Amino acid sequence: MNLYAIRAIYRFEMARAWRTLTQSIISPVISTSLYFVVFGAAIGSRIPEVEGVSYGSFIVPGLMMLSLLTQSLSNASFGIYFPRFTGTIYEVLSAPVSYLEIVVSYVGAAATKSLILGVIILATAALFVPIRIEHPLWMVMFLVLTAVTFSLLGFIIGIWADGFEKLQLVPLLVVTPLAFLGGTFYSIKMLPPLWQTVTLFNPVVYLVSGFRWSFYGISDVSPTISLGMTVLFLLTCIAIVAWIFRTGYRLKP
Amino acid sequence: MSTMIAISGLTKTYEGGFEALKPVHLDIREGEIFALLGPNGAGKTTLISIVCGLVNASGGRVTVGGHDIVRDYRQARALIGLVPQELTTEAFESVWNAVSFSRGLFGKPADPARIERILRDLSLWDKRDNRIMTLSGGMKRRLLIAKALSHEPRVLFLDEPTAGVDVELRRDMWQLVRGLQADGVTVILTTHYIEEAEEMADRIGVISRGEIILVEDKATLMHKLGRKQLSVHLQEPLAAVPATLGAWALERSDDGQTLTYTYDAERHERGIGDLLNALSAAGIAYKDVNTTQSSLEDIFVSLVREKA
Ligand SMILES: Nc1ncnc2c1ncn2[C@@H]1O[C@H](COP(=O)(O)OP(=O)(O)O)[C@@H](O)[C@H]1O
Ligand SMILES: [Mg+2]
Repeated sequence: MNLYAIRAIYRFEMARAWRTLTQSIISPVISTSLYFVVFGAAIGSRIPEVEGVSYGSFIVPGLMMLSLLTQSLSNASFGIYFPRFTGTIYEVLSAPVSYLEIVVSYVGAAATKSLILGVIILATAALFVPIRIEHPLWMVMFLVLTAVTFSLLGFIIGIWADGFEKLQLVPLLVVTPLAFLGGTFYSIKMLPPLWQTVTLFNPVVYLVSGFRWSFYGISDVSPTISLGMTVLFLLTCIAIVAWIFRTGYRLKP
Repeated sequence: MSTMIAISGLTKTYEGGFEALKPVHLDIREGEIFALLGPNGAGKTTLISIVCGLVNASGGRVTVGGHDIVRDYRQARALIGLVPQELTTEAFESVWNAVSFSRGLFGKPADPARIERILRDLSLWDKRDNRIMTLSGGMKRRLLIAKALSHEPRVLFLDEPTAGVDVELRRDMWQLVRGLQADGVTVILTTHYIEEAEEMADRIGVISRGEIILVEDKATLMHKLGRKQLSVHLQEPLAAVPATLGAWALERSDDGQTLTYTYDAERHERGIGDLLNALSAAGIAYKDVNTTQSSLEDIFVSLVREKA
C-alpha cells in the first residue's frame, strides 16, 4: 500500500477545495438558504405537516441529499477530469500507485468535501427550522454511503467525459432531474398511484427516503430496502471503476 | 555493466491500426546516458510512455531494474523519473507543493532538505512559493525536472528536453545530467538533433518509423554519420576529373559543372586546403565552394536503405 501517495493526492485535492472555497462551500450554503426561504417560509407555510413533521423540517434531509449528490458528482468528476484535460495525469499514471489507491484518494477527497458540506447545510438548516435525528448512526451511514457512491459516479463521469460539456451533461440532464423528482421536496405518497410506481425506478428515492427516515422515522420505502438499493448502486459504480482501470479506458492509449 | 532496462519484442499498435512500434529490442545499461535519436513521429515518446506505464503495450516485455513493468509495476515505476515532452503542469499549486506532491506520489516520506537541494540545483529556490502559472516556460521545464527527481529515481527519462529551451537551461540541464551520471543514475533522452545526442550520450540508438535501426557507441556512430561534402562549382564544365586529383575520389556532376568531395568530419585525411591547391595547380578555375553536412533525414534514408 502506497500510503504516501494516497496522502499526497488526498491533500492535493483538499487543497484545491480550499483554494476554491467560495465555489465549494459558500455557494451551496447560500443556495440552501434560498431553498429554505422559498420552500420553507414562503410556500411551506401553506403546506400542512407531512406525517406529523412541519414542511420546513421535512425538506431538510432531501435538501442535504440534493447538495450531497450534486456536489459529490461535480467535485469528483472535476477532480479527475481536470488533470486529464491539462495532461498532468501523466504523473499519477506513471507513479507506483495501484488503481485502488488512485480511486481511494480521489473519491475519498471528493466524498470528504461533500460530507463537510452536508454538515454545514445541516447546521444552516438548524437556524431556520427545528430538526431532530432519531437514528444518528443510520443518518451518518446514509450520508457516507451517498457521498462515496456519487463521488464514484462523478469519478466515472470525469473519466468518460472528453469535453467540459459532457462533464456538465450527466449532472444536468440526469442527476438533477432525478434528485428533484426523487422526493426531495415531497413525500412520494403525495403522488398519484401510477407515479408512485414509476418513481420507484428512481434510485434517488431510496436515498432520500432512507435518509429522511433516519431523521424523523418516516419513510416512503422501508429503510432496509433503501440501504440495499444504495449499496447496490455503490457496487455498480465500483464494478464500472474496476473495469475502467482494467482496460485503461480513456486513461491509457 | 549490468542491464537497467531490457526491452524485448515490444510492439504498439494504436487504436485505429497505426503501428507505432515494430518489435523493438533494446537494452539500456545501468549508469549510461543513452540518446534515442529519431525524427518526429518515429515512436520515441511511445516507447518511453510504455516503459513509464502511460501507454499499454500491444506485445512484448519490458523490465526495469529486473522488475516487469506490468506485473511488478510498483517496483519498476519507483525507479523511474519522467520529464515529459509537453509542458504539463498544474497552474495554481506552488512550486514547493508540486515537488513535494511528486515525492509523496512515488511513495517516499517527506524530505524538505532534499527538495530544497533539488530546487536550488535547478535555480527554482527563489520561486518556491510562486504559483506555477506565474513561471516562464523555461522555469516550468525546470519544475518538471525537479518533480521527476524528487523521489531519487535510478532511471531518468528526458523526452525532448531541449525543445524550446534557452541556452542557459540547456547548459544547466547537461550539467545536471552529468551529475546524475556520477551518482550512477541511468539517463535516457530523446532528441531529433544529432548534435544533442553527440554532445551528451554514451550510446545512441537510432529509431525510425517504430524500428530501432541501430544502436552504437557514440564515437562509432559519429564516425559513420559525420559525413561532410564539399562542392566545388566550376567556371568551365569539366569532361573528366584529372588523374592528379585521384586521391580525393571526387564525384563529377553530369553536366560537369560541379565536383563533390565527401569526407569525414572527424578526421579529414586529405585536407580541403590541399584539394583547392591541387585544383589551382591543375588549372581548374572555380567560382564558388560550399560544404554541406548530411542532414538527419539523409542519414535515416541511407540507414534504412542500408538495412533493406
Ligand atoms: N494516442 C495515439 N493514437 C494514435 N496514434 C498515435 C498516438 N500517439 C502517437 N501516435 C502516433 O504514433 C507515432 C509515433 O508518435 P511518437 O511516439 O509521439 O513519436 P516521437 O515521440 O518520436 O515524435 C506518430 O505517428 C503519432 O502520430
Ligand atoms: Mg515525442
